[in-house]
Amino acid sequence: MPVLLLIPLLPFLGFVVNATIGRRWSKTLTGGVATAAMAGAFGVSVVQVWAMLSLEPVGGVRAIEQVVFTWLSSGPLQIPFALRLDPLAALMILVVTGIGTLIHLYSTAYMDGETNPEFARYFSYLNLFASFMLILVLGASFPVMFIGWEGVGLCSYLLIGFYFTKPSAADAGKKAFVVNRIGDFGFILGMLILFTAFGTLDFQNLATQVSLMGAEPATMAGAGILTAATLLLFVGATGKSAQIPLFVWLPDAMEGPTPVSALIHAATMVTAGVYMIGRNAVLFSHAPFTLEVVAVVGVLTALMAGTIGLVQNDIKRVLAYSTVSQLGYMFLAMGVGAFAGGVFHLYTHAFFKALLFLGSGAVIHALHGQQDMRYMGGLKSKLPITFWTFLIGTIAITGIPPLAGFFSKDEILWKTFSSGHPVLWGLAVFAAFLTATYMFRLLYMTFYGTSRASEAPSTEHPAQSTQHPAQSTEHVHDAPPAMAIALVVLAIGSVLAGLFGVPHALGGGNRIEAFLEPSFHAVTLVAETPALDVSLATEVGEAAPGAQTEHDAGEAEHGDTSTELLLMLGSVLVAVVGIWVATIFFLRAPERAEAMAVQFSGVHRWLLNKYYVDEFYNAVIVQPIKGMSTSFLWRTVDAGIIDGSVNGVGLLVRGWSAVLRRVQTGSVRAYAMSIFLGVVTILGYYLWR
Amino acid sequence: MALTLLVLLPVVGGLLVLLLGRDRDRLVRQVALGISLITFVASLFVWFGFDAAQADFQFVERYTWLPDFGISYHVGLDGITLWLVVLTTFLTPIALLCSWESVDQRVREFSFFMLLLEGAMIGVFISLDLFLFYLFWDAMLIPMYFLIGIWGYEQRIYATVKFMLYTMAGSVLMLLAIIWIAYYHQTVTGVISFDLLDLYALQIPASLQTWLFLAFTLAFAIKVPLFPFHTWLPDAHVQAPTAGSVILAGVMLKMGTYGLLRFSFPLFPEAAMQFAPYLAVLAVIGIVYGALVAMVQPDMKKLVAYSSVSHLGFVVLGICAMNVIGVQGAVFQMLAHGVSTGGLFLIVGMLSERRHTKLIAEYGGLKAVMPKLVGMFLLITLASIALPGMNGFVGEFFIFVGSFAEYPGLTAVAVSGVILSAVYMLWMFQRVNYGPLTNPKNKGLRDLSPREWVVIAPIVAMCIGMGVAPRIFLTPMEPAVRQLVEHVRGVTPVNAAAVPAEDLETAGPLDVVQGSAR
Repeated sequence: MPVLLLIPLLPFLGFVVNATIGRRWSKTLTGGVATAAMAGAFGVSVVQVWAMLSLEPVGGVRAIEQVVFTWLSSGPLQIPFALRLDPLAALMILVVTGIGTLIHLYSTAYMDGETNPEFARYFSYLNLFASFMLILVLGASFPVMFIGWEGVGLCSYLLIGFYFTKPSAADAGKKAFVVNRIGDFGFILGMLILFTAFGTLDFQNLATQVSLMGAEPATMAGAGILTAATLLLFVGATGKSAQIPLFVWLPDAMEGPTPVSALIHAATMVTAGVYMIGRNAVLFSHAPFTLEVVAVVGVLTALMAGTIGLVQNDIKRVLAYSTVSQLGYMFLAMGVGAFAGGVFHLYTHAFFKALLFLGSGAVIHALHGQQDMRYMGGLKSKLPITFWTFLIGTIAITGIPPLAGFFSKDEILWKTFSSGHPVLWGLAVFAAFLTATYMFRLLYMTFYGTSRASEAPSTEHPAQSTQHPAQSTEHVHDAPPAMAIALVVLAIGSVLAGLFGVPHALGGGNRIEAFLEPSFHAVTLVAETPALDVSLATEVGEAAPGAQTEHDAGEAEHGDTSTELLLMLGSVLVAVVGIWVATIFFLRAPERAEAMAVQFSGVHRWLLNKYYVDEFYNAVIVQPIKGMSTSFLWRTVDAGIIDGSVNGVGLLVRGWSAVLRRVQTGSVRAYAMSIFLGVVTILGYYLWR
Repeated sequence: MALTLLVLLPVVGGLLVLLLGRDRDRLVRQVALGISLITFVASLFVWFGFDAAQADFQFVERYTWLPDFGISYHVGLDGITLWLVVLTTFLTPIALLCSWESVDQRVREFSFFMLLLEGAMIGVFISLDLFLFYLFWDAMLIPMYFLIGIWGYEQRIYATVKFMLYTMAGSVLMLLAIIWIAYYHQTVTGVISFDLLDLYALQIPASLQTWLFLAFTLAFAIKVPLFPFHTWLPDAHVQAPTAGSVILAGVMLKMGTYGLLRFSFPLFPEAAMQFAPYLAVLAVIGIVYGALVAMVQPDMKKLVAYSSVSHLGFVVLGICAMNVIGVQGAVFQMLAHGVSTGGLFLIVGMLSERRHTKLIAEYGGLKAVMPKLVGMFLLITLASIALPGMNGFVGEFFIFVGSFAEYPGLTAVAVSGVILSAVYMLWMFQRVNYGPLTNPKNKGLRDLSPREWVVIAPIVAMCIGMGVAPRIFLTPMEPAVRQLVEHVRGVTPVNAAAVPAEDLETAGPLDVVQGSAR
């Protein structure tokens, strides 16, 4: 049995159990099964990663590949259900199963208020999600990745709409799915172009062929194909990873239970787009135009989401926009060719953003569903564990050394600058300032000052169907053990995760870059593919452009250590300024923030309403299509033109049937007989005439 | 004898049912269901006995019938028809079982027509003689006419008349073309023949091919239905009883696409390749148009009917690609659509049995009262919107891959169907099942009964099974599809089909690697 399959299979079995018999079990058992399935997957992952690392590299890459069965097969289209574990996938499955286990554990306490069947339903979805996410990561080809890609979208749909009786939740789920499908449109077209051009959809084969193509100068058409294909794939990524213009679903996705937001809409699924680009780094690095687009979209998304995050009042929505913004960072990294940097940020972000979401969940849990920060405050002493872990997460995302976010964010900023994108770098630094400000605003509004719980309008719709938001904070309790464990472990991760990638400039080894780098290159030694000339293969190895840039970058890095250190200092300063601004406006003198909101009410309203993007889409796309379909296509073309002409003929026939009605006897058999005779007569006429 | 048995079993069984006493509805239902199950098992044996490596027709039976007219009883099946026959025998017992309670008038006649319909449909698929084919083709209309006309909803008469008019209009032209081609065989060879294999070998001049192709294709395009010949379908579906809709959508629509594959394209290959791009355009219009109109339907059945227009557009697009991947995708999509859309009609039928309405606005929040039915509804919905791992994906993906090589621009438009199908299906799903349960009539609706489980479980199992292990279906059909494509393409060289995709064919070095890629 292919052992790699166990990794997605264990959570899948958890799903099957909880979806069928779990509803009759106790919550302890249901949650236990689900969490154990995840922990098991984590265990298998660790063992497999270890096994992978102890392999001898083949063609520069260590990888375990296992074919489970032949899935699609038709002529030249042969897609085995194959899983491949390489360093990039290894990092991802450890994040997915590791953080996934913690979030499952956390959920056992967080979802305790649900009835048994609902509890089982929740965990079945969560397990199913993990299973699909692992297929997405481990899939060795585009179609297999696409199973996971769509599968996680489905689970996201189901979990966003978990409180399905709430129309807003059901709407948000559908919106997420549909917007993702718009991305899939690009993803599928990208696949089609790649298959038509290269005859394969296997990641490794594609990379090999593309790197071969790069060695040939005269492939203008080829370059055009790659640009088109990668741009279309990037459209898919903007859907899944909530980038401009398809980011609109993610903030609404906060309708789902908070642990779901942490797992799916922060740590794992939304990073799939980044992962997909990393997985196809060779393709993207051969399409420089696409990379520019990726970088620009990334940085613009980071800015846009950061500014919106400044003024939102729903604690989860602030975090959602923060996620969009941080994903923008990751795409910026991918766009400037710093694939390892982007994935590094993905990995550290998974820790601190999951932590922040789970922390906000602990707050919401304590306040019985209150999500509006205007009615929080003063929770610092009431929820010490939540507060301290949340503080760590906030510092980590802000980019204060030596916490995780600092290293990964700085890596991205430095790579942006050193790759010759000073403008993008400037914008990214500004986004870092925004991050510091909105995060500390959130921290201050939630935990500092005095409780504003009594100001909450009691008529407000409860955030969760079964609960009513607390009107006072007198009886709030800190996170129960299962939740506290998850918070503490993630907090430790948020502190330490970055040490994996301390840059050379700070005397570190940037181990993560060295670890991941092989995944971003084509397999250079192609001994297994006999048709390839060996000399050609070695030539390719030398000419692999990715390898060269890395080499150059390595040299440049040594020369620019002082610049790097300077920029590093600068970005830390920017973060500190951001904190300082937040402190002034939201801790010392909140009235100043209010005054500013009034003074710049236009801008404020613009931001509060998220640049009116949803309204714009609704007015320009959704309503016109609906209107056109109803009044033009259906009522005019279908019912009017086409049916009108048919009915004209029909009327003629009816006139005749009025005459013929007299011969009708009402006996079914007589009808059958007469029609049959009629057919025979007509046939007979033609045959015997 | 195996194939003849497959036709005779339901027909003779249907006559047997008619002989049963007048007030013995329960017995009638049981006997009819038993007969359809036996037929299903028999078709499975045909599958077991089928040689998957062979492209030619198998289980061939040929008896001279009217030798003066070159008409013979000639039946056989290849990898394409194998699955269509199994689809028919699979759906019929389900359709009978789903009518167990909803059809309580004239149960005898109902069961008789259902079985007669099954026999005729199998006959259409296995006929290798054009006369025989036409006989079954028309015979199949009769029971469907009565099924809608007697057991249908309020406006059934209008719907049946429209259905018959449309179909007969196409059929008459096809009949003319059939006779014409048989006589043309006589002018060339001196012998009149309706035999499909004889006619395949015929070299027909291009101008004649065009007319004959158009006559055949019109009949099939109406049946598919291809835009703009589709307006009979929503009416027929809305008025048909659930069983009728299941069979209509599940099997009968495939007669059209099957006809294209078996007759229009291989009989008139030059004309076919000439017209394929235009058909592909109509197919793509149908995909988008059907989806957009489906989106705004207030009636669930109408919505599913228009979604069929969209889905069948994919099938036609795959056929027009006329390459192995595209045609395999088309055939697979025929099967997948038969299962999943059949399933959707079953679900809508179950809902309207409980509430006597098919209007979406009458529902809402059903998940709270009937979680199991809604769960099954969700799975079938996902199959219908082609989630990978479900059966809809395989067909659509193959069709995309196949047609992209021929019509990249059109295919790009067709891929937008992926977005639209999610919009209309999920929107309907949400309005029916999510949200608060506001309509008091929906309170206390019972969940799936054991009988309904038996009805819906095989459908859901196939939705998933076909998506996970499509090879079971793809492998036996591949030789037949390959032979078909080579036959059609053999006349027109592949490159002559004006392939804009050539822009995509990258030069030199890639070709070397393509060979060694795997």
